[in-house]
Amino acid sequence: MEHVKCECGHVNPHGTAFCESCGKPLEENTEKKLLDMRYEGSARRSQTYNKTIVDKIWAFFSSVKVGVALIVITLIASAIGTIFPQEMYIPPNVSPAEYYADQYGWAGKLYYKLGFNNLYGSWWYMLLIASIGVSLVICSLDRVIPLYRALKKQGVTRHPNFLRRQRLFSTSRVADVDDVFKQVKEKLAQRRYHIREENGNILAEKGRFSRWGPYVNHIGLIIFLIGAMLRFVPGMYVDEVLWIREGETKEIPGTHGKYFLKNEKFIFETYEKGKENEVFNAAIDRVGSGTVAKNYQTNVVLYKRVGPVVAGAEPKLKKIKEYKIRVNEPLKYDHYALYQVDFKQNEPYKMAFQLMDKTSKKSFGTVVIDLHNPKPSYNLGNGYRVELLSYFPDFYFDEDGNPSTKSKVPNNPAFVFKMLTPDKPKGEVSFVAIQQTIEPFGNNKYKMAFAGLETRNVSGLTVRRDFTLWILGVGGAIFMIGVVQGMYWNHRRIWLQRVNGEVWLAAHTNKNWFGLKNEIRRVIEGTGLAMPIDQAEEEKKAAQGGQAHGATK
Amino acid sequence: MAQLSSTLLYIAFILYLIGTFFFGGAIRDKKGKEKKEKDRWAQLGIMTTIIGFVSQLGYFITRWIAAGHAPVSNLFEFTTFFGMMLVAAFIVIYFIYKISILGLFTLPVALLVIAYASMFPREITPLIPALQSDWLHIHVTTAAAGEAILAVSFAAGLIYLVRVVDQSKPSKRTFWLEVVMFCLITTLGFVLVSTSFNLADYEAKFTWVDKNEQKSEVVYNMPALVGPHEGKLVKESADRFEPFVYMPAIINAKKLNTVIWSFIGGTVLYVLLRLVLRKRVAAALQPLVKNVNLDLTDEISYRAVAIGFPVFTLGALIFAMIWAQIAWTRFWGWDPKEVWALITWLFYAAFLHLRLSKGWHGEKSAWLAVIGFAIIMFNLVAVNLVIAGLHSYAGT
Amino acid sequence: MKKQQRLVMRTVILLLLLAAVGYTIYSNFFTEKARVKVGSTAPDFVLTDLSGKQHRLSDYRGKGVFLNFWGTWCKPCEKEMPYINRQYSTYKKQGVEVLAVNVGETKLSVQKFVDRFGLTFPVMIDREDQVMNAYDVDRLPATFLIDKNGKVKKIITGTMTEEMVKQYMESIKP
Repeated sequence: MEHVKCECGHVNPHGTAFCESCGKPLEENTEKKLLDMRYEGSARRSQTYNKTIVDKIWAFFSSVKVGVALIVITLIASAIGTIFPQEMYIPPNVSPAEYYADQYGWAGKLYYKLGFNNLYGSWWYMLLIASIGVSLVICSLDRVIPLYRALKKQGVTRHPNFLRRQRLFSTSRVADVDDVFKQVKEKLAQRRYHIREENGNILAEKGRFSRWGPYVNHIGLIIFLIGAMLRFVPGMYVDEVLWIREGETKEIPGTHGKYFLKNEKFIFETYEKGKENEVFNAAIDRVGSGTVAKNYQTNVVLYKRVGPVVAGAEPKLKKIKEYKIRVNEPLKYDHYALYQVDFKQNEPYKMAFQLMDKTSKKSFGTVVIDLHNPKPSYNLGNGYRVELLSYFPDFYFDEDGNPSTKSKVPNNPAFVFKMLTPDKPKGEVSFVAIQQTIEPFGNNKYKMAFAGLETRNVSGLTVRRDFTLWILGVGGAIFMIGVVQGMYWNHRRIWLQRVNGEVWLAAHTNKNWFGLKNEIRRVIEGTGLAMPIDQAEEEKKAAQGGQAHGATK
Repeated sequence: MAQLSSTLLYIAFILYLIGTFFFGGAIRDKKGKEKKEKDRWAQLGIMTTIIGFVSQLGYFITRWIAAGHAPVSNLFEFTTFFGMMLVAAFIVIYFIYKISILGLFTLPVALLVIAYASMFPREITPLIPALQSDWLHIHVTTAAAGEAILAVSFAAGLIYLVRVVDQSKPSKRTFWLEVVMFCLITTLGFVLVSTSFNLADYEAKFTWVDKNEQKSEVVYNMPALVGPHEGKLVKESADRFEPFVYMPAIINAKKLNTVIWSFIGGTVLYVLLRLVLRKRVAAALQPLVKNVNLDLTDEISYRAVAIGFPVFTLGALIFAMIWAQIAWTRFWGWDPKEVWALITWLFYAAFLHLRLSKGWHGEKSAWLAVIGFAIIMFNLVAVNLVIAGLHSYAGT
Repeated sequence: MKKQQRLVMRTVILLLLLAAVGYTIYSNFFTEKARVKVGSTAPDFVLTDLSGKQHRLSDYRGKGVFLNFWGTWCKPCEKEMPYINRQYSTYKKQGVEVLAVNVGETKLSVQKFVDRFGLTFPVMIDREDQVMNAYDVDRLPATFLIDKNGKVKKIITGTMTEEMVKQYMESIKP
């Protein structure tokens, strides 16, 4: 039982609902009056062979029911992920387990236990998306091939049962059939119908390409998913962070030592009352002047390294360009993009101290310490000298109570000075931190008095390079083309046939029946042909009529 | 300019209201009423709507000129624009199908949307750096247009449901249809309650302790039924209403209070309506729609989705991704607003598959249109106000 | 016959899809994203030690190199430094060199640290994070064992006991 031969002589694949050529219903089922025109009644292969495990998997993914179920599950899962913030949006310095429990109580604890804190990166969510991808491929393959076959093989002359069971259908008697056909043909041609004739019967068709819309958009989605997948291939995707202080020149991470960046200046501006357009005054007043950000900007110079790249070696740099990186205006070069994402204002840079007699307040000179390159000793002349015994850029007391540093960043600088003066040749030791002085060996005569702080800003930039973007772009564009093609055009067909001296008119569209009816009305105007009856509407009316009747009883 | 802009929006609101009544006249079915007369009512309705739309367009343009950027940068502006697009989508669909009843359902929804919008701060706000881009106009307007077209599908679906759901005995269907009606009425309740307390200039200031153990102040504009965590009325508000309960710190008590008041307002309105009508709200609406052509309504609902889905995809996903890549360094970051746009998209994708492949026409399709609109509204309201995220500036 | 063909087609398509999904899941969950991998050639670098002498990694071909990244604030680094120092005195004669790269602190702090522990191996400061970037170091301490051919034999993140240090040096002995 491989094939079914129709009385018109056409051989159809097994499982076909009505003949591909003449449209004669092959599986007579009289329950429904109208033919199911989906997929042109073609045999969907997956439903016909279900023998091996491969066939079964194939049939599973080919089912629209499964596809919709996958979509709905993904939808619900995605919604769950928005109940509490995902882990990537919680503060970076807290442990997620504590954070969720702290902020959201038992619900947060449960959320974390179930792994919803990182839902979109979980294996099962990825598997869901992947299943949708597989379903897209198989569903499309399974339908587009038979549909293509059926539309290509469709005959002009159709079986009367096919015509009668179309949603729009009418029969009429006209005096001069040939003349009517000629008129109708002209009008259809004017409306850009493609007309085929056979034995004096007509098949007028337009917008068939809209039938390919769904498959085109599925291809677009598959390309998009492939693009998303390629992100995991090494080298396709770079995502780094560069913290750079004003005045610094640093290698741009992720560029393999090829590019360097200099931060000339970081600028942060807010909206202030009086300086802006007056219409903003009310809004600025409500939240407070100077609290709404206006601009984050880093003025940078991009350099390229000349010669061989050896990490650590003093690079020879060639200036490429100057740029002002702002939010929405990343610096782009050689597929890399640098974004303004963060900043830190007023990081200590240089600190000045005066060597001072505690009682007389007399100063013996000033020491300026570069917090990134402090010297072991500073000579003030006249026999006055300051030695730097220890330096803690990010000072704290560790578990043992010893002064220590949390990092290399001078967030909270502290020093152990040894002050050598003519009258104290052995020197006095003093521990100096911000607003804190400890004299470990008793009362000193001298002190290091704070005399000024120079700060600078630090820019936080993100470095990106993403070779998958164009693939995603192509996928997105194809998807849009497919959706528009499928949604904004309709596939309309009108059959005109001579049957026993009558003219039978039937019509079908994949959507917008209202538009098709209007079009037919205009086409048959003045020809004496009867306007087709909407059999679906009639059926419904009949059903409702019965209901209303029942209600009055 | 800013003043003119507000006036134009006000005029538009009034005109939409009048338009609704005209459309009501167009479908009223009195004996001896000529078809011509009905057409005249419909014509008046659509003319008023168009003039209202032009007036709102005037609001949009003048506000754009005043601010120097498209007025779609905060919740008030965005929601108003959504209402405007809803009216635009209705006008277009009206000229295709010439159905007055659609006006009777769409315009009230648009009115509610605009009224809801104006409950939020209405000042012209300057743009934060992330919003300073032409993509603001492109992305937000397209997304709003897409959502508005999809909302027309909701209006058509609602008409369908009011028409077909059997009101002679209570059932699941009548219950859920009443839930939809109740939600619409609650929105009205929110608008009425907020406006009343606003006009009365109600203000109660509390000191409270937030979840980081910091003391702060909060001003309620409605009597506090629920107070903030460890809240105390400050001296100048000592005569104000004492809350019944105080919430824990993780709950935003002020917003919850607003929700409770809206709920009370909505319930009172709903109960009053039921007492006056002596039947379900949907049942009372049923006579209005008894002449609608069901197949046509179903088709309008579906066509609105067919037209809106591509626009929504373009605006809320594709343009959104392009802008996110420029402003936030990545095209997709699982921000709640992004996720809910994806959810909306997935939902309508499922809708289309069920309709095209599984033959879900008529009532099933109408229910889906209603759920779709609920998701869009959730994204507009709840995600902005409740779930914090990168888009949350839209709520301040 | 046609049925057979179809089965083959379906099997091939399903296998392709499975491979694509499998690769994505695998590379996302089961592979290290580090730039320097075990078995690859260790990126070359040049740094100057505290005494002013330049060290180039590629000059140490033929010797095993124990490359350690550290910072003065990092307590585990502080703990393992004496072990490395002690084992170095034995393995130095057997052709193992220790290069200790400080991750860009001030010369003053590094010098005080070296003096405190009496470190005898060359200590250098990676002032501009270039070497750190090349080795993709983000957590300290990080140790790379490099054999006499310049290949990375093992990457250790986290603190080591003296026994471990010994074994590791033994393993890269030329």
